[in-house]
Amino acid sequence: MTLSPATLQKIAEVIPHYPAEQARSATLPLLHLIQEDLGHIPDAAIEFVAAKLGIQPVNVYEVVTFYPMFRRQPIGRRHIKVCRTLSCALVGGYKTCAAFEAEFNTHRGEISPDGEVTVDFVECLASCGTAPVVLIDDTLHENVDCAKAKALSNQIKAEAATRK
Amino acid sequence: MPAPAERRLIFAHIGEPGYTNDLPCYLKHGGYEVLKKAVARPPAELMDEVKKSGLRGRGGAGFSCGLKWSLVDRKSGKPIYLVVNADESEPGTFKDRYIIHQDPHQLIEGIMVTCFANNVKQAYIYIRGEFPEGARILERAIAEARAANFCGPNVVGTGYSCEIFVHRGAGAYICGEETGLIESLEGKRPYPRIKPPYFPAVLGLWQCPTIVNNVETLCHVKHIVDMGGDNYAKIGTPNNTGTRLLCVSGHVKKPGYYEFEVGKVTLGELLNEVCGGPLPGRKFKAVIPGGSSAKVLKFGETFTLKNKDGTTRTLAVEDIPMDFDTLGACGTMGGSGGVIVMDDSTDIVAALANINEFYAHESCGQCTPCREGSLWMKKITGRMVHAGARAEDGALLKSVADQIAGRTICAFGEACAWPTQSFIAKFGDEFKGYAETKKTKPAEAIELV
Repeated sequence: MTLSPATLQKIAEVIPHYPAEQARSATLPLLHLIQEDLGHIPDAAIEFVAAKLGIQPVNVYEVVTFYPMFRRQPIGRRHIKVCRTLSCALVGGYKTCAAFEAEFNTHRGEISPDGEVTVDFVECLASCGTAPVVLIDDTLHENVDCAKAKALSNQIKAEAATRK
Repeated sequence: MPAPAERRLIFAHIGEPGYTNDLPCYLKHGGYEVLKKAVARPPAELMDEVKKSGLRGRGGAGFSCGLKWSLVDRKSGKPIYLVVNADESEPGTFKDRYIIHQDPHQLIEGIMVTCFANNVKQAYIYIRGEFPEGARILERAIAEARAANFCGPNVVGTGYSCEIFVHRGAGAYICGEETGLIESLEGKRPYPRIKPPYFPAVLGLWQCPTIVNNVETLCHVKHIVDMGGDNYAKIGTPNNTGTRLLCVSGHVKKPGYYEFEVGKVTLGELLNEVCGGPLPGRKFKAVIPGGSSAKVLKFGETFTLKNKDGTTRTLAVEDIPMDFDTLGACGTMGGSGGVIVMDDSTDIVAALANINEFYAHESCGQCTPCREGSLWMKKITGRMVHAGARAEDGALLKSVADQIAGRTICAFGEACAWPTQSFIAKFGDEFKGYAETKKTKPAEAIELV
C-alpha cells in the first residue's frame, strides 16, 4: 500500500484535531482520506491506521465493517449512488436506478463490465424535495428521472471515450 | 382564509439570487454582528435569553434547548464540548443541507455564540458522510472565519478562544442519535450509550460534559441573542416558539422547503395552498408529518383533543397546526420537520415495506428486539409485496413492532416500530386484503420496494 504525499500530509494535519490521548477519534477521518486515495480500504490500510493512532487493528476493522461508506473491495471508476428511500421511491427512484443499471449493463453493487461505474442503492441522501436524487462521486444530481439518468450516463461514457 | 405568509429567519437568504456562501457576502448582510455583541455580555445572560426564548430542539425530539444547556455539568473541572449534529439523515428531512451549503457562516455564528455562552473551547461539527461538498464548504467557511477572528484564538479581540473542527460520518443513520454520534466521533462503532449514566451533559464526548445541538437549533440561537429571548418567544405559539423549517416531499405539486412560525400554518394550508395541492387527478391519502419515524396520518381521520378549559375540539388532518404539541396530541410528532406526502396512487403496504427496509438497514444491531424486529418487519412486508400476502400479516407485523418499542437502549426502537404500528392501525384493511388487491393492482403503480 502506497499513499500519496498529499494524503500523508492531510493525515498529519487531521490527527491534531483531537486531544493527543484521544487519537482513536481520528479513525474515521483517516479512513476517508485513505479511501479517497486508494479507492477502498485494504488490510494494509487497517494496520496502517491502527499503528498511526496507537490502537489495535481490530478497533479499525470493526469500524470499517460497520459504516456503509467504507469499502473493502475496489469499485468502478465512478460511483453512482441512487437514493432508495421513500420520498425518492414515491416519484420513481427505483426506475432511475434501473435506468443506470441498463445504461451500463450492470447490476446494483457490481462493477460494470467496462469498469467505468458501480451503481448502488443508498438510503436517504437528505434532498427529498428534489427527488429522485443521485450522488455521483461527490456531486449531487437532483430530479433525476430516466431521461436525466440517460443523459448523465452519456456524459460518463463520453468522458470515458476521451480517455481511451 | 389564505395560508399565513412564510416568516424567514433562518432561511432569510437561502435561495436568494446573488447570495453566496463566502464571508464577504455574509458580512455585507450584517454577519457576525450578533457575535460581536454577544461576546461583550456575560455568558449567563446569553443562556438566560435562550431559556426565555422557549426554543425547542429542531433535530427531532423537540427538547428545550435552554434546559439542555442548564443540565451541563459545569463543576467537574473537565472541558465542555459542543457537538453540532449535522448528520441530517431522517428520511424526508433536508433543511440542514441548505444551511450548510448556502449559509455556513450563519451556522458558525450560532456555534460561536453557543460556545461563548457555555464556556466551550472546542466544537465539532459531525456532518454526514454523504455531504462531501458540505464538509468542504464548512471547512472553507471556518478558515475564513478564523482568519477574521470570528473563531479560533482571541475571538473578536476578547481573549476568548474556541476552535471548530469538521468531522465526517460514513453513512450510518444511527449517528444522528446523540450518544451514537459521540461514540462515532470517538472513532468507534456508533452504538448508542445507555442513559443513565451517559447523559451527554455529564458524560459525553471523552467522558466530558457535552452539548449536542442540531444545525437549525444553533442558527436559532443566533437570532434569539439578536432579538432577545422575550421577543423571540412572541414568534410562533405558546410553548411552540419561533419559526421552523418544514421540508415537504412526495406527492405534492410544489415540494420543497418552507419556513413558518411554529404552529401558525396547518397541515392542510401547507399542503393545499403553500405546496399547491395534490398532483393532477389525485387525492391525498396519507402524510408522515415529521420524518419517516413519525406516525402516519390518514386523510379522513379526525382527532378529538382537550382544550385547557376542559372543553374539547375536533380536528381533521388538514386542521392540525404544524407545531410540537398538537401533532403530539394527535399521536404523531413534529419530529425533524420532514413532511412526506402520499396520494391515492400509493400502495400503502409497499410504502411501509420501503420504510421497513430503511430501518432494517440502519439498525445498529446492539439491542436484540431492534436488530431482529426491524429485520423481520422488513422481511414480512417485503414478502407481502413480492411473494404473497396472508390475511394474518397485519397482526403479525403489529406483534413484532409492539415487542420493539420501549425495549431498546435508544429511541431507534420507537422510530422503527412507529411506522409499522401506525400503518397497521390506520390502513389495517389494506393489509388484510392485500393478496386480493395485488391481483387487481393497476399496472402503472410505482415500484416502492
